[in-house]
Amino acid sequence: MSTTALQPPPRRPPRPAPAHDPAWLSRLFWLGAALVLLWPMVVATEFRPWILFEPKNLEVTAQFLGSFVPPAHSADFLALVARETWRTVAIATAGLTLALVVAVPLTLLSVRVLSISALSGRMARGPAVLRQLVRWLLIVLRSVPELVWALVFVRVVGLGPTAGVLAIALTYGGMLGKVYAEILESGEPHTTETLLRNGSSRLQAFSFGLLPQNAAELTSYTVYRWECAIRSSVVLGFVGGGGLGQQLDNSMKMFNGGEVFTMLVVFVALVAMADRVSAGLRRALG
Amino acid sequence: MDTRPAANQPYRLPPPLFSARCRACWFTTAVLLLIAASFWTLDLQWAQFLSLDAARSMGRFIAEFFPPDTSPEFLRKVAIGTAETLAMSAFGTALAAAAGVLLALPASRLHEGDAAWGRRPTRLLLNALRAIPELVWAGLLLIAAGLGPFAGTLALAAHTTGVLGRLFAEAVENAPPGPGAALRAQGVGNVRIFLYATLPQVLPQLMSYTLYRWENNIRAAAVLGVVGAGGLGQLLAFHMGLFQMGKTATILGAMLGLVALVDALSYATRRGLTR
Repeated sequence: MSTTALQPPPRRPPRPAPAHDPAWLSRLFWLGAALVLLWPMVVATEFRPWILFEPKNLEVTAQFLGSFVPPAHSADFLALVARETWRTVAIATAGLTLALVVAVPLTLLSVRVLSISALSGRMARGPAVLRQLVRWLLIVLRSVPELVWALVFVRVVGLGPTAGVLAIALTYGGMLGKVYAEILESGEPHTTETLLRNGSSRLQAFSFGLLPQNAAELTSYTVYRWECAIRSSVVLGFVGGGGLGQQLDNSMKMFNGGEVFTMLVVFVALVAMADRVSAGLRRALG
Repeated sequence: MDTRPAANQPYRLPPPLFSARCRACWFTTAVLLLIAASFWTLDLQWAQFLSLDAARSMGRFIAEFFPPDTSPEFLRKVAIGTAETLAMSAFGTALAAAAGVLLALPASRLHEGDAAWGRRPTRLLLNALRAIPELVWAGLLLIAAGLGPFAGTLALAAHTTGVLGRLFAEAVENAPPGPGAALRAQGVGNVRIFLYATLPQVLPQLMSYTLYRWENNIRAAAVLGVVGAGGLGQLLAFHMGLFQMGKTATILGAMLGLVALVDALSYATRRGLTR
């Protein structure tokens, strides 16, 4: 045996750390590709940031921002803001109540667990078709944005809270109905089925089997939607749905920065409060 | 005396309907009061809405939608509006993702013992951006950027930056600290640690948040224009203001089609990815 085999192989010098990013070529490529892809969008959206800094625009913006301070705080105005804030909450609450009136019957119609014919094999043709139709109705109600409903209703009933309430009622009716049905169907159907098999009516099976099982989740989702409704009732004000949004729109159009600032602060506070209340309630429900 | 428990549970009355200790009762009462007060203080014009007259005007209003305007030049205009809506949403989301990453760094505690001076103020900024809806941003930005899709894009970007920045900051803070700590022990600076250790780990999460927000933004961009910020919404507000109901119907159809398409695509993708 030769002695050379026992000697350790000559150590290679440690590889020096690369001076450049080893992946620079692919990074450069992807950066270039992203720019090429974004370019048509830049054109389509008329993205010209320098417009913001043209002297004329800059002057208008500076004037508007400058008028933010001092925020409007006269007693009259604050009273108006308080009244409109309450109206915003009221529109959301009334809208959500009507949404429940829409959603609950549609949910009861569309829930598959409450089908009696499905207890023995497949659901009969008629009920299956009815349930699918109700589902489609819910999807249509939900997929029209509430702003579009509001634009339509403003034409029919005129400016004011009625349009906002109806818009929220229809959109949120669709959302609540769909999610309620999903919640009710995702639970354990055993109790409900037993009740139905033993001859209870569907409404009884719902109130004593399905509802107690899912009450916490249903309530939690409804509270969450109430919070969303407050946010969207402000937005609906911009197209004439009443409340804080409408006042905000008026003040913006009159370039009254002080009023805009006060209302923005009130709005952010309102949303934060609704957020807190809803999170607290949902935690209490567990 | 026989102290054995009774064989049957003693008959108990059901709990009283209202008791001062029952929190759910107070909650229900409060909700009912809130609902009653809401309906009472809003001067809702039910009479006007439910009257025969209103039904007739509603019918006339709906009848005016038909037939929708399908002349080729108007369809081309709607197609351009749809493309503009899509471009606004995509570009606004891309801007927001870039700004979100930039703001997520100061908004997160990068390693243990990081003083993170900027964390509180940056998070406050992100919350403020997030709290104001896109439409309100659009109204505000119209003053600085003028009518058109540019204001809409900036409005989407502003709101989405708030949302994404916060989500990104959470992702960065929750990333496994190992690779970053290894680089830090070698004396590598914060920026390079982020680029070579943290970013590759959180990139898939950032992408999925961004895509999710893009989906939301397409829906938002469709209606954003009603205050004058470009896209389908601006066409809608314009033609509805001129009472050209046939054209309005076409635009509404395009809007609903776009929303339905996005919903279907996202549903299919989600199902494909989770299966």
